[in-house]
Amino acid sequence: MYPPRFRYEAPQTIDEAIQLLSEGGGDAKILAGGQSLIPLLKLRFASPPLLVDINEIPGLDHLDFAADGSIRIGALCRHAALERSEELRVRQPTMAAAAGLVADPIVRNRGTFVGSLCHADPQGDWAAVMVALGGSLVAQGPNGRRSIPVKDLVHGPFQNALTHNEIGVEATVPAPQGTPLGGYLKLERRIGDFATVAVAASVDIEGGAVSRAGIGLVAVGSKTMDASDAAASLVGGPLTPESISSAADLAAEVAKPRSDHRGSADYKKHIVRTFVTRILTRVSSSLEKAA
Amino acid sequence: MTSLFEEITPEASGDVPTRKITISINGEQRSANVEPRLLLAHLIRQGFKLTGTHTGCDTTNCGACTVLLDGEPVKSCTMLAVQANGHEVTTVEGLAGPSELHPIQEGFKDEHGLQCGFCTPGMMLTAKALLDRNPDPTEEDVRWALAGNLCRCTGYQNIVKAVLWAGDKLRGEADGGEES
Ligand SMILES: Cc1cc2nc3c(=O)[nH]c(=O)nc-3n(C[C@H](O)[C@H](O)[C@H](O)COP(=O)(O)OP(=O)(O)OC[C@H]3O[C@@H](n4cnc5c(N)ncnc54)[C@H](O)[C@@H]3O)c2cc1C
Repeated sequence: MYPPRFRYEAPQTIDEAIQLLSEGGGDAKILAGGQSLIPLLKLRFASPPLLVDINEIPGLDHLDFAADGSIRIGALCRHAALERSEELRVRQPTMAAAAGLVADPIVRNRGTFVGSLCHADPQGDWAAVMVALGGSLVAQGPNGRRSIPVKDLVHGPFQNALTHNEIGVEATVPAPQGTPLGGYLKLERRIGDFATVAVAASVDIEGGAVSRAGIGLVAVGSKTMDASDAAASLVGGPLTPESISSAADLAAEVAKPRSDHRGSADYKKHIVRTFVTRILTRVSSSLEKAA
Repeated sequence: MTSLFEEITPEASGDVPTRKITISINGEQRSANVEPRLLLAHLIRQGFKLTGTHTGCDTTNCGACTVLLDGEPVKSCTMLAVQANGHEVTTVEGLAGPSELHPIQEGFKDEHGLQCGFCTPGMMLTAKALLDRNPDPTEEDVRWALAGNLCRCTGYQNIVKAVLWAGDKLRGEADGGEES
């Protein structure tokens, strides 16, 4: 399979890239890791006349941890860099838990975190993690930069809130409000398959109580789902079997899965409930052990 | 006009816009004029006539087309040839020395790590990147690293053994996987 013809540009600066996207007037596409876009081009689901390859732009592959615990992930930071980061495991366990579950190891060498957010696939793993963490995408366009919470970035399947001449330059995860804990669980038919269902659940713990919580759901709706009521129900108290169970029920209510070859809608809701329970129970027993 | 099926000549032909790229492939600098839409896998196979790199599923799933780009495994069917400009590419042809097989190749031979052989080049390159990074992997490490390369013959058992054998050999322990 061969992609259709396109004009190819590999600018050296973000400004040049924005200029090219502006010239392209809505028909140009950014090429990052290419692990979603190139397959789409080959299948001829997309045929942009202009591809703006950002891989030659220096200074975009950062994974930076600030002293306050906030994290910045540059547009060219690959999934593999997140998977291999020892520091990420300590600083942000919810992200670290997902890093090795995105696609397969070879795809992870090219595919980017930010590209995955921009791709806005309801089955994408990273957007749910960012919803759970309250993370944002920093977009740069002709008029400068703006920060878009990931929960508002995704409009629908494969539709993001960026204008045609904006580039996602980095993603940011805010500083935790206490000790950052949490996890990511993904049910997949085999490695490299997209999620049947996946759940990202993150809780910050301060003085034995939940100070902040977030729960993102994958593949149970037309976009990444934000189980905000479930998360809010946890805040202010300790994690107990009761609070965990009621949050799991609330999260399953948000899920709007469809029955397909990966499983029935009921089954998928059941998995949401199970995964929320499992992640939070693990967190709670790790707290007990530490106490 | 450049046909993607035909030989890719070092000189631009016809009216299709091409770019001149230079790639270090198995240590040798090679240049070609290519259409931007040409995939790296096709440049390697049709352009450079290095047919050890296989294209299997052509949908980024199977890993048969895996090559090393600056030492890291990538699926060459899912990268544009122009993107490899200025980079180092290693294909399976770059593994063996002038007179002897690479220990990974020996391992696949000794441990029967292949049957039809179609996935083997990709498997061996992924294994090379693993052993370069982690010279003494556990069986679990090997399975994890190879998860993006599919084999429909072996059931993976002997592939895993072959990689562990090669690791032993490269570390100078025993001659390969003899119980040591
Ligand atoms: C076999 C296979 C299995 C996979 N499995 C999974 C999986 O289980 N879970 C999962 O989450 N993903 C999976 N993926 C997708 C993979 O994670 C991609 O890497 C990711 O979706 C897109 O990142 P990319 O850098 O490759 O983006 P590209 O393919 O380069 O781009 C994707 C889209 O995002 C846009 N874009 C990219 N970067 C930017 C930017 N900086 N600013 C604005 N727009 C941008 C592009 O224009 C394009 O529309 C899989 C892919 C393959 C091939």
